[in-house]
Amino acid sequence: MTTMTYREAVRSALSEALRRDPRVFVMGEDVGRYGGAFAVSHGLLEEFGPERIRDTPLMESTFVGAGIGAALNGMRPIVEIMTINFSMLAMDQVLNNAATLRYMSGGQLSVPVVVRMATGGGRQMAAQHSHSLEGWYAHIPGISVLVPATVADARGMLLAALEEPDPVFIMEHATLYPMEGEVDEGSGACDIRKAAVRREGQHVSLITYGACLWKALAAAERLAEKGVEAEVIDLRVLRPLDSETILASVRKTRGAVIVEEAWRTGGFAAEVSAQIMENAFDVLDWPVQRVCGVEVPAPYAKHMEDASLPQVEDIVEVVEANLV
Amino acid sequence: MADFRMPSLGADMTAGELVAWLKQPGDLVRKGEVIAEVETDKAIAEIESMFTGVVERLLIETGAKVPVGTVLAVIRTEGPEEEAPAPTVSPPAPERRRAAGGRAARTPAAGRLRVSPVAQKLADEKGVDLAGITGSGPGGRIMVRDVEEAIARAQAAPVPPAAPADRALRMRQGIAAAMSRSHREIPHFHVESVIDMNRAVAWLTEENKQRPVARRLIYGVLLVKAAALALKKVPDMNAVWSEDHVELRREIHLGVAIALAGGGLVAPAIHNTDTLALDELMARFRDLVQRARAGRLRSSEMSDPTVTVTNLGELGAESVFGLIYPPQVALVGFGRLTERPWSVEGRVEVHKVIHASLAGDHRAVDGYRGSAYLAEVERLLQEPEKL
Repeated sequence: MTTMTYREAVRSALSEALRRDPRVFVMGEDVGRYGGAFAVSHGLLEEFGPERIRDTPLMESTFVGAGIGAALNGMRPIVEIMTINFSMLAMDQVLNNAATLRYMSGGQLSVPVVVRMATGGGRQMAAQHSHSLEGWYAHIPGISVLVPATVADARGMLLAALEEPDPVFIMEHATLYPMEGEVDEGSGACDIRKAAVRREGQHVSLITYGACLWKALAAAERLAEKGVEAEVIDLRVLRPLDSETILASVRKTRGAVIVEEAWRTGGFAAEVSAQIMENAFDVLDWPVQRVCGVEVPAPYAKHMEDASLPQVEDIVEVVEANLV
Repeated sequence: MADFRMPSLGADMTAGELVAWLKQPGDLVRKGEVIAEVETDKAIAEIESMFTGVVERLLIETGAKVPVGTVLAVIRTEGPEEEAPAPTVSPPAPERRRAAGGRAARTPAAGRLRVSPVAQKLADEKGVDLAGITGSGPGGRIMVRDVEEAIARAQAAPVPPAAPADRALRMRQGIAAAMSRSHREIPHFHVESVIDMNRAVAWLTEENKQRPVARRLIYGVLLVKAAALALKKVPDMNAVWSEDHVELRREIHLGVAIALAGGGLVAPAIHNTDTLALDELMARFRDLVQRARAGRLRSSEMSDPTVTVTNLGELGAESVFGLIYPPQVALVGFGRLTERPWSVEGRVEVHKVIHASLAGDHRAVDGYRGSAYLAEVERLLQEPEKL
């Protein structure tokens, strides 16, 4: 096992894929000479050259479309979008091309493109760089949406995405890049169908993904001091959603709190909540709860941004209000 | 506003069926006035209001069986909020089985009963009546832990199984529950005295000669009066046992055991027994026997007795060693009036005597006090004209 940062884990997967498969290339804003807006691709240009590490103009629709076209023609492009807010410019390519071409061609066309992007707040990057729009992508059939929360998943999921025949979108929470964790560099692709139980407990299921996983785990620690054993579920994959793991946990704990940074209204937490209500209503001992982002554009001021995002205390409070 | 609740009419009562409303919304009701009739395992009882006010609304339909403590009606009282007296027994154990062919009963105000889905499911499966459970969740929501606790409680304290249609059997089960509890929980002691009844019987015979037949007294009335007055001398027996301590009762309400034709018995109270003249006591006793046998007792008569008197003399038993009716702490038993050789100043005479016994709850009172009590009963019966 090697200790590395989340950023290094993504780079490790990129390097491995570039070395192993000549069809793989990386494309995006500042991925080459600058080394990536989050320094993920730092050093790759030197190792693999400008043919395979390609800087693009500031035109998300264009370079995502180019990635789709390359994939259609047998390449394995890895497209990086600087932040999920900017990816809105490429939504037409995502929805009307990437997600639909296999279906509209009667299965003749395959779009094995991988698109990575940074998501989430907490870095004082304000309202055009900080939102959590994974749920928008998870709404779309025909693509996979991965949300790696651990260093190991950051590497393993990217390698797994390259093995998929259909488009895969990977949302990397920007606050996680400097986080250190252990990785087995000999390990390849990991499973991208199952959620993970990151902590076992019997009193409440904290269901979350991405950077909120760490807040949920911290909340579980705090709750344990009060005698509440929280189970923490890391969804890992928003589409296709591993409902079985969620339901099995809720059937055990009889209560669920869903934690995500996205806005409450129509967020992904709402989908998880609905699935629990549809499939596990009878086991619930209290209403499913959501701890979500406040419904404002992400504030710049530190204290206001903190107040707009789910915090450990919020999770603890919601559990206590319903269970203790 | 005041809540009019299903009262507990005895330690063994967990639920009652509302037979009839005697008041309707808008009616004025006075404290102590009969407002409804309720059928328990033992009898139909007339339930008295504990408040004076106007009936605001009735929450329970006739025919519904609800647990003790369920709000039956709301009474608009004047002046400050009146607190209903605390129920005399601990909250009832929930019924363990639902009535045949239906869901576990819920209060009619089901909209106000907040229950988590898993708690509802468990309650349905186990036949737990949620109306008897206090929710521990936010806003009083009944959570699964509350149902689990209720089930554990019900298992810890045996409750009668589902009420069968047969009244006699139900009464038997009611008695079984109360007497089993008595035998299980109360450390009984018994003391007995043989009491000379010559003077009392002689006085009664003279007294009755002057009375028309309808107003004649029976010697049992003398016994009841003496038993009541003796409690003034030994007040620590006029009490109830509450969990771990004794609570004295200032007023003396003797319960009189009345055997019923169909089998079984009830022991309703004659309120303030010690204050009643013999004529009044006789009238009350007659009325009580009549209504007990008709199944028309009042709620306070069922719930208020502080000490029970049982008289098995007419059937020939010489002595009675009874079981205390919880939460009371004493039971007085009288046997048959017999004639015995009796030593009077060294001479043997034939006297009328009666065996009087006292069963005491040793947690609350001691044999010494029991003995003093019987001595006082004996003393009182030697001066029948003062009773």
